[in-house]
This record gives sequence, structure tokens and C-alpha cells, in this order.
Amino acid sequence: MSRENSLVSTQWVEDNLDTPNVVLIEVDEDTTAYDKGHIAGAIKLDWTTDLQDQVRRDFVNKEQFEALLSARGVSNDDTVILYGGNNNWFAAYAYWYFTLYGHNDVKLMDGGRKKWELDSRELTAELPTRAATTYVAKDQDTSIRAFRDEVVAAIGSQNLVDVRSPDEYAGRLLAPAHLPQEQSQRAGHVPTSVNVPWSKNANDDGTFKSEAELQELYAEVGFDESLDTIALCRIGERSSLTWFVLQELLGKKNVKNYDGSWTEYGSLVGVPIALGDEPGVA
Amino acid sequence: MCGAVIGGLSLEGVNVTKEAVIQGQVLRGAGEDATPVSGAYVRLLDKSGEFTAEVPTSATGHFRFFAGDGEWTLRTLAPKADPVDRVVQAATGSVAEVQINI
Repeated sequence: MSRENSLVSTQWVEDNLDTPNVVLIEVDEDTTAYDKGHIAGAIKLDWTTDLQDQVRRDFVNKEQFEALLSARGVSNDDTVILYGGNNNWFAAYAYWYFTLYGHNDVKLMDGGRKKWELDSRELTAELPTRAATTYVAKDQDTSIRAFRDEVVAAIGSQNLVDVRSPDEYAGRLLAPAHLPQEQSQRAGHVPTSVNVPWSKNANDDGTFKSEAELQELYAEVGFDESLDTIALCRIGERSSLTWFVLQELLGKKNVKNYDGSWTEYGSLVGVPIALGDEPGVA
Repeated sequence: MCGAVIGGLSLEGVNVTKEAVIQGQVLRGAGEDATPVSGAYVRLLDKSGEFTAEVPTSATGHFRFFAGDGEWTLRTLAPKADPVDRVVQAATGSVAEVQINI
């Protein structure tokens, strides 16, 4: 993958508002942002209700994902352009999701909703109508999804990239201050994981930094190009953005997102935990 | 502005004795002619300059953060304006009111 294959600019989106087979989808942390105004023609996915199983702690399964996209009028051969607030945080989560279920052509709008607004481009409250489709998803591609046992096994032997804030990594906080829900039983980080906060991937205007800057960001913390990689955060959303950077923008091989992340790991019985600002030892 | 709360956002329902609140309003221009800027982005950076949080301003140009004790920088980005940085001190039990003119 590369920047050309996985990102489009706000200008590209404006130029393609009426292009057939281009579907804009807004996915926001603030699930009400869309209702106040969105890019013309864009549909909304709600990460809390549309993308997560409402009983088990898991994603919607293949059949649920198919039903969701069919009902919203998304086809297998559509080019899906995702965008959202907060540096595309939740849009990147949705991107990972579309990739997990094998959607052929999916991209992020660089800078997301913020860049669109800072460009003074138009938003509308008008809701689009899209005819229902018959969407067929592929089986989950688990080459990009890590589970807890893989994370334990990766201690000291893979790149483990923890993308939470330094205070969460060190164990001084269990969650970002404005998101008190979804906490683990214990604080800290997976031993040998390095801390690269997800927000370091983005410029102030929400666009991704250049490949050279991103490469340097991970080289600085000793990223080993010869090893496989697992990214994690607290509930697997911020780490989707880092997964996007490592695999889609920088083209690194064998990168997985651990969606169980710290809320799962920090509640497991008997697994090793490191405290403080240093990675710790295996 | 008509309908704006003098002195900033209402703190009804917020236990200010337990919070280090930073809040304020983003205005375009200065003095009598200043108008609130809705949909500007205010970022909260910690004392090392690290991104901590970001919120869009409300319809009346207001924003609010629950921070921690210490020094913070508010970086405001808005359409057709250069970014504006303001350093602010937050302390538990007090409300730091900040007016940002772009």
C-alpha cells in the first residue's frame, strides 16, 4: 500500500462529490457530529451501535456487516471514502474494519472533518438516500487482527507499539481524562512495548505527517524492521490509526491491530505488566 | 452576543471543586465588533507541547476542557486564520476563563 492508494485529499473529495461509485462515510467519536452537518451525500456509521456487537464484546460478525452495508446502500465495487473528527481517529478504525472484511477499495480523506472545515468547505444537514444493495463480505482477515495470546507471545519478540498517552502507558491514568468508561482492572503496559502516542502521526490540521517524518518517529523508538508488529491502545481504536500509518502509509509487513487492547490485557489474570515510562523487560 | 452567558459557559452540574476547568470563547476580531467563531478547533497541549485533547467550538464559540493542575497551551485553528497559541494555568477547584481572538 501507499499514500496514493489509501488517502485522498479534501480537494479530491470535493471534485468527486457526484462521481458514481464513490461513497462518502462519516465515522466520528462524537456520533452526533454528522447530524449537525456533513459532506454532501455522505452517510454515517455509528461506531458504538453499527460496528460493535451489542451483546458480546466483539465486532459485528460477517453477516451483520453485510446486512449493515446492504441496508446503507454500499456495494462491493464502490470506492469507500471514510472521514471523521479527531484526526480521523474513528474513521481509521472503520478503515481497518472494511479491510478486515475484505472491501476492495477503501481510502481515508486526509485531515478528516477538521481539514474540510478549516478549508471552509461546505457541510449540509440534508440526508442522502441510497438504494439498498446486496453486500457480500469476505471472512475476517486475521492477518491484521491480533488476539490476547499473540500479544503475550509477542513480549520481547515483536514490535509492540502502545499508542496511548504517556500517562496511560506509564500507569498513572486508566483512560483519557474525557473518556472515563471502559477501564481495565490494572494500569500499566505490556512489557517491552514502546510508547508512540497516536496523535504524533498527525499534523495540527489533522493530515498525516510525511512518510519521512513518520519513518523517523518509529525509528526513534527502535522499531525493528525485521520483526512483526502489534499496535494496541485502550479499546483498539486509536491503534487502528497507527496500524494504518505503519501498514498502509509506510508499507510495513505483518502489522496487526490488537482490538482487545489494554481493557482486555489489563484485566487478564497472571500476565506480566510493566509500570512507568520505560518499556520494561521480557 | 445575544444569548451568550456573561462570564462564559454555565457551570451548572459541574463540580468545580474537583475539576481543573479551562474554558472560554473564540472570537473573530476584537472589541465591540468581535463575533463568536463556531466550529473552530481548540487543542489542549501539555507543558511539553504534546497533544492531549481537542474540541470544536459550540454555536456560540465556546469550548471547555477538564485538565489537570499546571501549565497548558491552547492552540486554536479556524478557517481563514493563522493558529493562535495561548498559555494558561489550570488548578483544581478553579475555572480558567480564556478569550481567544483570531
